[in-house]
Amino acid sequence: MLWIKELVRRFFMMLRREKLDRDLEEEMRFHLDLRAEEYSSRGLMSDDARALAQRRFGNITVLHEESYGAWGWAWIDRLFVDVRLAARQLRSAPGFAALTVFILAFGIGTTTAIFSAVNTILFESLPYPGAGRIVTIWETSTEGARNDGTFGIYKGLAERSRLLDSLAVLKPWQPTMTSADEPERFEGQLVSASYFRVLGVRPFLGRDFTPSDDRMNGPGVVILSNKLWRRRFNADPTIVGRDVTLEGNEYSVIGVMPESFENLLAPAAEVWGPLQYDMSQGRAWGHHLRTIGRLRPGVSIDQAANELAELAHEIVNEQRPETYRGPFNLNVFSLQADITRGVKPALLAIAGAVALVLIVGCVNVTNLLLARGVRRRPEFALRVALGAGRERLVWQLLTEGLFLAVMGGVTGMAVAIIGVHALVALSPPGLPRAADIQLNGSVFAFGFGLTTLVGFVFGVIPALQISTSPYRSIQDGSPRTTDPQKLTSRALVVAEVALAFVLLVSSGLLLRSLQHWFAVDAGFDASHLLTMQVQTSGRRFQENSVTYKFFDDALAAVRSVPGVTMAALTSQLPLSGDSDVYGVRFESSPIQMQTEDHSAFRYAVSPGYIETMRIPLRRGRLLGDGDRAGASLAALINESYANRNFPGIDPIGQRLRIGPPDSPLYTIVGVVGDVKQVSLGLNRADSVYVTPGQWKFTDNTMSLVIRSDGDPAALARAVRAAVWSVDKDQAVVRVATMSDVVAASAAERRFALILFEAFALATLVLAAAGIYGVLTGIVAERTREFGVRTALGASRGNIVGLVVRQGSLLTGCGVLVGLLGAVVASSAIAAMLFGVSRLDPATYAGAIVILSCVSVLACLVPAWRAVRIDPASTLRS
Amino acid sequence: MPAKHETVERDEIPPGTLYMLILKTLARSGELHGYEIASTIQAISQDVLQVEEGSLYPALQRMLIKGWVTAEWGVTRGNRRARYYRIAKLGRKQLAAEVLQFDRVIGAIQRVLQAG
Repeated sequence: MLWIKELVRRFFMMLRREKLDRDLEEEMRFHLDLRAEEYSSRGLMSDDARALAQRRFGNITVLHEESYGAWGWAWIDRLFVDVRLAARQLRSAPGFAALTVFILAFGIGTTTAIFSAVNTILFESLPYPGAGRIVTIWETSTEGARNDGTFGIYKGLAERSRLLDSLAVLKPWQPTMTSADEPERFEGQLVSASYFRVLGVRPFLGRDFTPSDDRMNGPGVVILSNKLWRRRFNADPTIVGRDVTLEGNEYSVIGVMPESFENLLAPAAEVWGPLQYDMSQGRAWGHHLRTIGRLRPGVSIDQAANELAELAHEIVNEQRPETYRGPFNLNVFSLQADITRGVKPALLAIAGAVALVLIVGCVNVTNLLLARGVRRRPEFALRVALGAGRERLVWQLLTEGLFLAVMGGVTGMAVAIIGVHALVALSPPGLPRAADIQLNGSVFAFGFGLTTLVGFVFGVIPALQISTSPYRSIQDGSPRTTDPQKLTSRALVVAEVALAFVLLVSSGLLLRSLQHWFAVDAGFDASHLLTMQVQTSGRRFQENSVTYKFFDDALAAVRSVPGVTMAALTSQLPLSGDSDVYGVRFESSPIQMQTEDHSAFRYAVSPGYIETMRIPLRRGRLLGDGDRAGASLAALINESYANRNFPGIDPIGQRLRIGPPDSPLYTIVGVVGDVKQVSLGLNRADSVYVTPGQWKFTDNTMSLVIRSDGDPAALARAVRAAVWSVDKDQAVVRVATMSDVVAASAAERRFALILFEAFALATLVLAAAGIYGVLTGIVAERTREFGVRTALGASRGNIVGLVVRQGSLLTGCGVLVGLLGAVVASSAIAAMLFGVSRLDPATYAGAIVILSCVSVLACLVPAWRAVRIDPASTLRS
Repeated sequence: MPAKHETVERDEIPPGTLYMLILKTLARSGELHGYEIASTIQAISQDVLQVEEGSLYPALQRMLIKGWVTAEWGVTRGNRRARYYRIAKLGRKQLAAEVLQFDRVIGAIQRVLQAG
């Protein structure tokens, strides 16, 4: 550590260098005095003594320098001189400096902001110990659609797997807590006892779940999040053992999670209860659980995937459950890959786009510097003539480049801070770890590295350009461009245009995708539709009839709200993220679906739902008030489902079972249009609709759909009040218009699109500025020629044509290069495209048109200047 | 008559030993200013070794950086301000190491000379 102390000493000495200077000076003068006295005491005349002492001592200035050099400051001094010079240079060209710093700040700032997001979401390890070993396990059908896991498979895997350390299943839970205060609905999770063990976290107060908590009809126990504990229970340290009332039942608090715990599988969850899975009635094979596991150390994901897939097929072959009639696959992903799956392509594409913006910005600044270098050629020539070495000139240019980059970088950090805030604000709701995005050490290191790199590049390019030929211009001393310089700046503009083209095409493709996305027929009419979710809670709702009555009364109350034209209830709302899938078997289907996954979405809907949603009826009748408990069981299925199973046969009157083989048979009474349930992009639409009264379980959570004449959002307050007029203790959540729900389904695409559009616009402006700059240079250079041409009778149109042609040549070359680039780059965003080929000719043509227009615009000012050249004065000069 | 002084036969300090000599002088005498260091070395070596004053001050600066010596302003007996140097702990270590090495080298040189 000696060298550190030494460095510190050097540093402090540097701060006190003036004192040190004086000290050294005084010390040496004193020494000389003493020596002179010594000589004169030996009989020399005082002048001679002084001279002799001086001679013996040597050149005091040199010694001074040398002693002082011992501290290693010489380079700092030189740097100060260079920086001062750079600052003076820039002050003499404030427009240039401001423009450069602005371009750099934008480039460095946006790149840093995007990097902070990409780094946090994709690369920073998840906040769990051994996070790399946490995996999620999904089933996929033959179509490739993901299915939630089943309890049956979970149980089998947990018993048999040797490569897994632990395995857990979980599902969402939204209990309402009633107490002396207002009722509050929490986001929560029901989890198997091993959940926190898989994540590798423990409660900081109390204990974790144990297998004895997690059996059917087990004790009511909950673990609270730290936030909830602070918010509702004032961080009471004696909370463990206390009872809370959830859903009208007493739950004993057994633990509180640490403050640092981030629940990435359900970021909003504040309370956890044991799953206490009910294995009866064949529910064990319903796909409604998420499965996560922790691998044993040293086990790879591939190994685990092979073992688990094998075991899963073994289990299915032994137990032959209804829902596993078709082939299926078991896929294993790392938790990180899984939670970032949706946003990864978008993030990487955005990171690529922002890098392009930075490059274009750098290209522009380089061009600006080159142009300036040309104008400064006489200055450099003079300095060389005065004896400055080439090395010194290069250093000077490097310093100027670094100086600009540092100014841009510092301003850029401010841009980055704003950018990160904007990014978090803009981010789609599904963006994982959005709250963790921040400018931390590694982000600043990245920004600093970027700045340095940019500065170095800026210094080096003009330095190379200029230091090679200042000797020549010494003779003519004029700031004329030389050929390599011209070529470089034109090549840079071509590159700029090409990059702008790539970004234009990319954002065009994304725009077209989004248009296609929203043009998809969801199967219902989303306009004028308000939705909200109502959930019953409380012990009295354990009685099914009470639940039915509450929902019936609530619906009646909502229907009577002025402005409501139609209203209905459904157990799952399309495109909202709800998913309730059951195995469905037709009693007699000519197509025996041996080879097909035959699970379907199960909707419990009040009569009037199909009408309210404006889902078209294709055959038969809709569900009505007559389809109540006790009446013969009636079901609706959707069109494509019917066509596939009953080709050429009337499906009306056919019968089906929902769930296990011993379930009752429903008769198909009608066929309705297909509805997109999961996403506008997925065609999977197999659906079965029944009424709540004819469904064997009771749905405690139903979504209201309300159609109005006017603005549906305006009804929200009145509708909520209507629900509460029936029972004021029931939670009403997720209030949104259906249009918002549909828009939210494209949130990630829209997020990517907004950023791409912004970046494309920025590069377009930069490219235009580049074209403008180069053409201005060309016009200035050809002034004399234009003058001659005009004198010889060239029309204004001829001159404008000349300039525009030159600009178009640059643009044309840029577009050609950009075409290739766009073909390559568009594969990066292929995952985000929807309904449009990445080679979509219309998009490419559009990008060419836009670039051409911008290029012509950028040419016009220089062309106008060329036209205004006075032939007389140019000829005379 | 400066020539009289210059006729005294003096040797330059062997390269690499200046630090050692300064450190040793400071270790023995406690506090000295630059002139005293030069004079002391010259006197103790019975005028054989003459510190080149030009190299004294850069050397002292380097020793300050290394932390071998410390410096403080004081007043001479003649009531003049002078900067006094004092050996530091690191300096003593350095001195011991340099003396050891010097002895080894001198011993080796002598063995070579006597061998033959």
